[in-house]
Amino acid sequence: MPRITMREAISQALWEEMERDTNVFIMGEEVGVWGGSYAVTKGFYDHFGAERVKDTPISEATIIGAAIGAALTGLRPVAEIMTINFAFSAFEHIVNQAAKLHYMFAGQMVLPMVIRTVSGGGRQLAATHSQTPDVVFAHFPGLKVVAPGTPEDAKGLLKSAIRSDDPILFIESATLYQSRGEVPDTETLIPIGKSKIQRPGKDVTIVCYSKMLETSMKAADQLAQEGIDVEIVDLRTLRPLDMEPVLESFKKTNRAVIVEEGWRSYGVGAEVSTRIYEEAFDYVDAPIQRVAQKEVPLPYNRNLEQLALPQVEDVVKAVKEVV
Amino acid sequence: MAQIVSMPKLGFDMAEGTLVRWVASEGENITKGAVLAEIETDKATVEVESGYSGVLLRQLVQPGTVVPINDPIAVIGEAGEEINIEALLGKTVSAEKTTTVEKPIGAKRVQSASESPIAPSESPMATPGSLHASPLARSMAAEMGIDLRKVRGTGPGGRITKKDIESYPMKAPGTAMAKTPSVAPIPTAAPPIEFIRETRSVPLPKLRAAIGRRMAESMQQAPHFYVTHEYDVGALVDRRKEINTLLSEDDKLSVNDFLVRAVALTLLEYPNLNASLELKSNTLIYHGEINIGVAVAVENGLLTVVNRNTDQKTVHQISSELKVMVNRARMGKVRPDDIEGSTFTVSNLGMYEVDQFTAIINPPEAAILAIGSTRQVPTVMNGEIRIGTRMKATLSVDHRISDGAEGARFLQSLVKYIEEPLRLLI
Repeated sequence: MPRITMREAISQALWEEMERDTNVFIMGEEVGVWGGSYAVTKGFYDHFGAERVKDTPISEATIIGAAIGAALTGLRPVAEIMTINFAFSAFEHIVNQAAKLHYMFAGQMVLPMVIRTVSGGGRQLAATHSQTPDVVFAHFPGLKVVAPGTPEDAKGLLKSAIRSDDPILFIESATLYQSRGEVPDTETLIPIGKSKIQRPGKDVTIVCYSKMLETSMKAADQLAQEGIDVEIVDLRTLRPLDMEPVLESFKKTNRAVIVEEGWRSYGVGAEVSTRIYEEAFDYVDAPIQRVAQKEVPLPYNRNLEQLALPQVEDVVKAVKEVV
Repeated sequence: MAQIVSMPKLGFDMAEGTLVRWVASEGENITKGAVLAEIETDKATVEVESGYSGVLLRQLVQPGTVVPINDPIAVIGEAGEEINIEALLGKTVSAEKTTTVEKPIGAKRVQSASESPIAPSESPMATPGSLHASPLARSMAAEMGIDLRKVRGTGPGGRITKKDIESYPMKAPGTAMAKTPSVAPIPTAAPPIEFIRETRSVPLPKLRAAIGRRMAESMQQAPHFYVTHEYDVGALVDRRKEINTLLSEDDKLSVNDFLVRAVALTLLEYPNLNASLELKSNTLIYHGEINIGVAVAVENGLLTVVNRNTDQKTVHQISSELKVMVNRARMGKVRPDDIEGSTFTVSNLGMYEVDQFTAIINPPEAAILAIGSTRQVPTVMNGEIRIGTRMKATLSVDHRISDGAEGARFLQSLVKYIEEPLRLLI
């Protein structure tokens, strides 16, 4: 299997789906002539033309509002919000319209739309452009929230998202575009809403997603040298949340660390650990640990920013707390 | 930051405790949950656990000192930490004041008696001798029949984890398990006392004094009357033997286990005997639970361990719960919950070859059942003299609550459970 970058994987998914289905089109800020802020849609404008690769004004509410309208008429828009921080400008459209229209109109219409956006810190973009508010969107029933951590998952999940009739927020990590992984060269669709064991182990379960998969993998390598065998469950989708592999793993290891890039309060760690306590209480052998971002607006200063973000050492430390 | 450890309150009528022995010495590193000292209360000797991790900086009281509840006994902090005892004490004293205002000890007693005699355990975490075990360790121990109190916890703060259960030596015959008297009769003979030919006086042990106070109070205030009935326990004895062949050695049922259930089921028909008198307000409290107390002989006296909601449990459940509590009581490690909240008591001296005896009511209960030995005696059956297996039981009842006729009917109602023991197994 070829080893490609996350950027290439996402780009391939978009390209293949646009080739396959002429109803699929892209819209967003700088997606066309410029080729995308993260160069994901480079070359698309020349190949597919201005009709299907639409540059928009700097108005997120307009982008999402227009995408909803297009989806209602049967097109399959892939709307790009340059970063998830800007999605707040379109919050009403995302959580009140996109997430609810199917329900409010008793299923008379579907919304086959994907909102692609970028989350996470670590690139010195300061407090307002570096957030990881993924759980905010995962809070709303009606919206599916997908956040892959490997190129293979990114490609397979994005293709499934585009083919899905539901509104989907597809969250990419700002610092994963260069990361490489093997991606099958045959067409592979990965179902939305399935967690996956990315690394088998027997001593501790780490639950994570997106960028934190990479961080947790590095931590697991370090811990392996000390004889601690970590199993890593990648959620891949925050809503619907697939707890099966998590619970299965936990029942084996009896110990868990939940790792997320966003803030701890009300986060993925809170949700996943509570579900473990609810559904596997008699298997708990140590209090579940959470690794998350420090509860501050993310600093611009590089050292401070790195200190605030969850690091490999934090994961290693948390795992040692539970073993 | 240094922390004060105070004399814990165990049981609703505890006002003070004697610090018997320091287990941890000054300067010793303490993890949360470690045993600091042993204290003797009215009812038992219990261990005080540290609520904090750190160094035991100061023991504030000498062994043998009687300390009122909530008074400071130790200071825990960081190694080499300068401690200002006065400032720390000022803090606890003021904190204590607030709690005292909210819950005066006397008022609490009245309140709990008027609502229900079952004193809710105040904060299980703060109870000395309470266990720290992970949920997994608890479920594994329950499944494997391991008494968690015998397992050493090696996790944080002494928590018992999976590892500790897995490494716990499972019953090698003649080792740990053998120490546990299993089907032993509930009361045990007091250790033989060596006779000394010299007149001497010794302080009355706390437990002895407490029993004396309570029993005197009961006899003085509750006008007792007694009713005796003789039961045919042949079927019960046979049934028990039959069941015990199916059970492992330390799981066997005693006659008493059956009788405790029989009493609980009968009480369902006699709420008046599962009641307490509240003199101050001239009210009768009918208890909403049937919690059978079982008298257990321990060193220096006797304790009543309590089986809760006995009417809703199987004989086997009752048996295993009682075993655990009786063992704790005998080891002097009884927990407040073990001895609080009974609504009716059963006292069995059957193993001492007694024909019958009368028991003093355990206040504030309405009655107590005293059970004698099971013996083979000539019995008239269908006009013929045969060998019968008989047992006498005497009910003591508080005449302020009930009368002889009700007592007699209670003993009569007990017949169907004792003489048709299948009813106890339904």
